[in-house]
Amino acid sequence: MDHESPMLEDLFGVPWLDFNLSTTLMVFVSSVIVFIICTLGARKLQMKPTGFQNFMEWIVDFVKGIIGDTMGWKTGKVFLPLGLTLLVFVFVSNMLGVIFMGVVGHTLWWKSPTADATVTLSLAGLVVLLSHYYGIKVRGFKAYCKGFISPVPFLLPFKIIEEFTNTLTLGLRLFGNVFAKEILLSLITKMAMIAVPFTTVASIIPMMAWQGFGMFLGAIQAFIFTMLTMVYISHKVSEDH
Amino acid sequence: MQLLTDGLVIQASIGGLQGGDMVFSIVSFLILLALLKKFAWGPLMNKMEERENHIANEIETAEKNRVEAEKAAQEANEQLKSTRQEAQRIIEDAKKAAIDQERSIMEAANEAAVRIKKSAEEDIAREKEKAVEALQAQVATLSVQIATKVIEKEINAEDQEQLISDYIKEVGEER
Repeated sequence: MDHESPMLEDLFGVPWLDFNLSTTLMVFVSSVIVFIICTLGARKLQMKPTGFQNFMEWIVDFVKGIIGDTMGWKTGKVFLPLGLTLLVFVFVSNMLGVIFMGVVGHTLWWKSPTADATVTLSLAGLVVLLSHYYGIKVRGFKAYCKGFISPVPFLLPFKIIEEFTNTLTLGLRLFGNVFAKEILLSLITKMAMIAVPFTTVASIIPMMAWQGFGMFLGAIQAFIFTMLTMVYISHKVSEDH
Repeated sequence: MQLLTDGLVIQASIGGLQGGDMVFSIVSFLILLALLKKFAWGPLMNKMEERENHIANEIETAEKNRVEAEKAAQEANEQLKSTRQEAQRIIEDAKKAAIDQERSIMEAANEAAVRIKKSAEEDIAREKEKAVEALQAQVATLSVQIATKVIEKEINAEDQEQLISDYIKEVGEER
């Protein structure tokens, strides 16, 4: 039962252009799912919301609350679509691996895309880059640079290191949580396969428990990722930091 | 334990950073972001904002209506009060008028009674006078008759003669 990744290395002869095809597939799948869910939710909008629209508006209000807590609604209004997309995308990605794992032959195809450090670190890097971009855009280049040496110039190296640690911790936190969840899920599955009728029955309860916990964890991590994104952006955008 | 280490070794083989996946995930996330902004979050936020405005408007209108209603109620109250006062006044006037009328009617009745009484008394006096006159006339006649009767009975031939002669004499003297 060795699970391997479907690797595709050096596409078009470009040395760094490697693909883990399962990750590529899962990113695509969760993007499509998120797109379908959200477009369905935003269809036939009414003044008196019902059902799905209520749910979507609840999510919007939730992210509004996060932004309002971190940087205030007035400056943070532009980040609402980003926060919403992050939240829903990360949540759906986390859920994909909870429901089932798809193994074809010895190759692991279906998993959470967030169980790959490449994806989480890419998202984290994107978020940090965006925070710099908006820091310059909102406060101007001078104030942005001043942010690195305030309150004392002595802090400059730490501030620069902080940007990298922020990226790493943001990405690796999500990756670590989801990856650990997937490992335990696969271990429980393996345990079920050892002696088929007995261990299968015995592993149902831990499987259910861990899947439940996995959903909880996926939701929490999606929230934390969005929250921290907004915190990092607010550090760059707000005047009082 | 064997299981756990197996699992870690297997899963670790998935690790490592793939440049292609990085590009793909970032690009697909950005595309997703753009698409959702256009098709989902944009309309949702617009709708929510629209609803917010609508609700604010409604609240404003309701507030205005409430103030108007309050004013109208106050006006109605005042009008009611003044109407009640007027009614009170009218009733009092009517009572006063009734009392006045009563008095005037009583006076008129009194006057009429006095007048009637007076005329009745006058009538009575007149009738009495008339009666007395009539009685007097009657008494005179009666007394004459009685006297005649008495005289007829008492008078004798001699006297009769005397009387006649007197009478004749008297008549003669008068001539």
